[in-house]
Amino acid sequence: MTAIPATVPAPGPLARFFAGDVWHSFRSSPMAIGAAVVALGCIFCALFAGLIAPHNPFDLATLELSDSMLPPAWMQGGQAKYLLGTDEQGRDVLSALMFGARISLLIGGASVIVSVLLGVSLGLLSGYVGGRVDAFIMRVCDVMLSFPSILIALLIAGVGRALFPHAHDSLAFGVLILAIALPGWVQYARTVRGSTMVERNKEYVQAARVVGVPPMRIMLRHVLPNVLGPVLVLATIHVATAIQTEATLSFLGVGVSPTSPSLGTFINEGNKQLFSGAWWLVIFPGSMLLLIALSMNLFGDWLRDALNPRLR
Amino acid sequence: MKLKSTALIASLLLACGASNAVTLRVANQGDVQSMDPHSLNESLQLSFDTNVYEPLVGRGKDMSVVPVLATKWGQTSPTVWRFELRKGVKFHDGTPFSADDVVFSFKRAADPGSDMRGYVAPIKDVRKVNDHTVDIETVSPFPILPDTLTVFSMMSKKWCEENKAERPVDRRKGIENTASFKANGTGPFRLKERQPSVRTVIVRNFNYWDKIEGNIDEIVFTPIANDATRVAALLSGELDVMEPVPLQDVERVKSSGSYTVLQGAELRTIFLGMDQKRDELLSSSVKGKNPFKDKRVRQAFYQAIDEETIKARVMRGAATPTAEMVGPGVRGFQPDMNKRLGHDVEAAKKLMADAGYPNGFEVGMNCPNDRYVNDAAICQAVAANLARIGVKVNLTAETKNTYFPKILRRDTSFYMLGWTPSTADAHDALYNLMATPTEQGRGQYNLGSYSNPKLDELTTKIQTETDQAKRAEMIKEAFKIHQDDIGHIPLHQQALAWAYGKNVTLTQLPTNYMYFKWVTLKAKENAR
Repeated sequence: MTAIPATVPAPGPLARFFAGDVWHSFRSSPMAIGAAVVALGCIFCALFAGLIAPHNPFDLATLELSDSMLPPAWMQGGQAKYLLGTDEQGRDVLSALMFGARISLLIGGASVIVSVLLGVSLGLLSGYVGGRVDAFIMRVCDVMLSFPSILIALLIAGVGRALFPHAHDSLAFGVLILAIALPGWVQYARTVRGSTMVERNKEYVQAARVVGVPPMRIMLRHVLPNVLGPVLVLATIHVATAIQTEATLSFLGVGVSPTSPSLGTFINEGNKQLFSGAWWLVIFPGSMLLLIALSMNLFGDWLRDALNPRLR
Repeated sequence: MKLKSTALIASLLLACGASNAVTLRVANQGDVQSMDPHSLNESLQLSFDTNVYEPLVGRGKDMSVVPVLATKWGQTSPTVWRFELRKGVKFHDGTPFSADDVVFSFKRAADPGSDMRGYVAPIKDVRKVNDHTVDIETVSPFPILPDTLTVFSMMSKKWCEENKAERPVDRRKGIENTASFKANGTGPFRLKERQPSVRTVIVRNFNYWDKIEGNIDEIVFTPIANDATRVAALLSGELDVMEPVPLQDVERVKSSGSYTVLQGAELRTIFLGMDQKRDELLSSSVKGKNPFKDKRVRQAFYQAIDEETIKARVMRGAATPTAEMVGPGVRGFQPDMNKRLGHDVEAAKKLMADAGYPNGFEVGMNCPNDRYVNDAAICQAVAANLARIGVKVNLTAETKNTYFPKILRRDTSFYMLGWTPSTADAHDALYNLMATPTEQGRGQYNLGSYSNPKLDELTTKIQTETDQAKRAEMIKEAFKIHQDDIGHIPLHQQALAWAYGKNVTLTQLPTNYMYFKWVTLKAKENAR
């Protein structure tokens, strides 16, 4: 009897990923690793804020107003239990940063995902089908672009509030996400449409069409990967913008409540204290937003290079 | 062609002349909501508009009642007052001011859209006697009529009719008309440019009937909502006068050396109101009943709020905690009754349990974030205080442009308001804030519809009582009723803080009115 060598099991998707060149390119790019670590760190802090934060600033009953405006622990007058100091309401800045980042990332992330989904699909359709569909979608884009996005956001948030005046918090969250997402899809649609129009006349698309691949499949499997690069970069920048938009809406009274401040609201509040010397109220939240935005942007930049078939 | 070029040269000359004009650059936290003097009973708007429009009688620097468009007045019977109007006064468009305008203005102020209805409600009729005399008949004897008349201004009948502005701008319904953006008053300044929320420019009226004490030719008013930006604008020399100075920046502005910070007690009282009318609150977890109808709940809220810490921390000491709806300086203030219920969380919890809410409840709260000193921060502190007795406050803080229309529609369960009695008399607060709301305009700012018939009755009597001693006694009684009922939760009187360059001289009134006719700006020595 001859021993039949055991067949090597086909590599799983994870193994294939680790063996692939995307992972290789990731490992050989210190910038990508750094960005990913920082971004994941921020996301981790935000997700598990309830477990790792020293205080819960959203639990109003635990706030001590008499501990307000304390400087960071290492400065004179600081207290060890408030590592990065406290704000006007006696909230611990470090904890508020973690909890605030959760709201900001949720709103920023969700609204960008909605924008991207909407923008990319409409852009693909517009660029690939062309004709009347294209003209219609692009005119809608023109109309959207002619209004400042904050105005559209205000309108949606206002209408949402008017429809459900005393709605539950989660519903208000949904309205807020939509309000930020809807004005944002236009830039994705425009970008994708342009690239799609270039791609659809290329040989590989024509070849696929000749073979009889259905248009839906061509769009999703062949064109989409080739036009996604700029979208990823745009989206990472957009997360930071969305966080700022949320802060503005909150100030105008249609965003999140001041008793559960997001990162943006926190920066907005801290901004008022700039002249009085309470620098910790603006520097720390500002740095946090900068870290999130920058790491995502760098990561997105690397991802575009790694995924671009022509740069591989 | 020749004519055209002459006109051009003339206008160029004018432009050159204007460059030597004295310009005062003023910034405030928020914008003047409208140019229509009858549209909103809010201090900033009244203060600004009173530079353009004038009332029959006004206030002097010592808060005394002084003649403005009326030169003399007196009673011809207990209910009839005769006002002699000033002769030779012209509106900015050149139309002479006459009794017809007075009759028209009173009618306009009584319109359903007007926010001045509360002030004209005691007035039964305004009759023209001749071009420069009017008789004002009140429903019943009304001794403080001249005080009341200081609040609202005279408009031109002809101009309003020509501009279809016969009815006031209604902020609640969002109705605007020409009077929002244009102005034609008799005041020392004319409106030159109005860009809502951006800038408003008024210029000196050279045909003013009186000598203007100050030297300002032009005022550029800019709303700057962000505290830090406003302070930066002042410190970098882009502004001459700025108010309010954020409390956290008072020291910084003082230490700069070239600016003065004028802090004075303001007549304004900051308080919280609760909806006591609806059978079910608009936004609350309690269904089928209104917890605020129960005095124990109101008292629990009152005692749960730690006003002393709010004063020390949020207000940085710049507030006077109060137990009354009016502050010192208002006629009728009771020094012996100004004692707040003690801050006592345990007592508050017990009251809540007695009222049937041992685990508290959820309630929505409305708050402005750019109207009063640290308004949103106070509301947040209140929310934190209430969390201690199990009440979950869902706080909505918003800009005053959306806040006021909302709460004036009574679209609120729990709200914050600040009130300066414009007449500097307790009756104003009783009538506007505490008496049961009526169609005629009483209780227009009693937004939670607190109601006690005994207080209503006293308010009506106080209005007509001419014997000062008796009147004072009744005011005391009415205040006592309101205090015992906990109709509202008074918090504090905030301190005014204006900052201005050392080259500016001005007069600050406890009503927080800024009269530009009293402002003088000396040229800076190092001017190039």
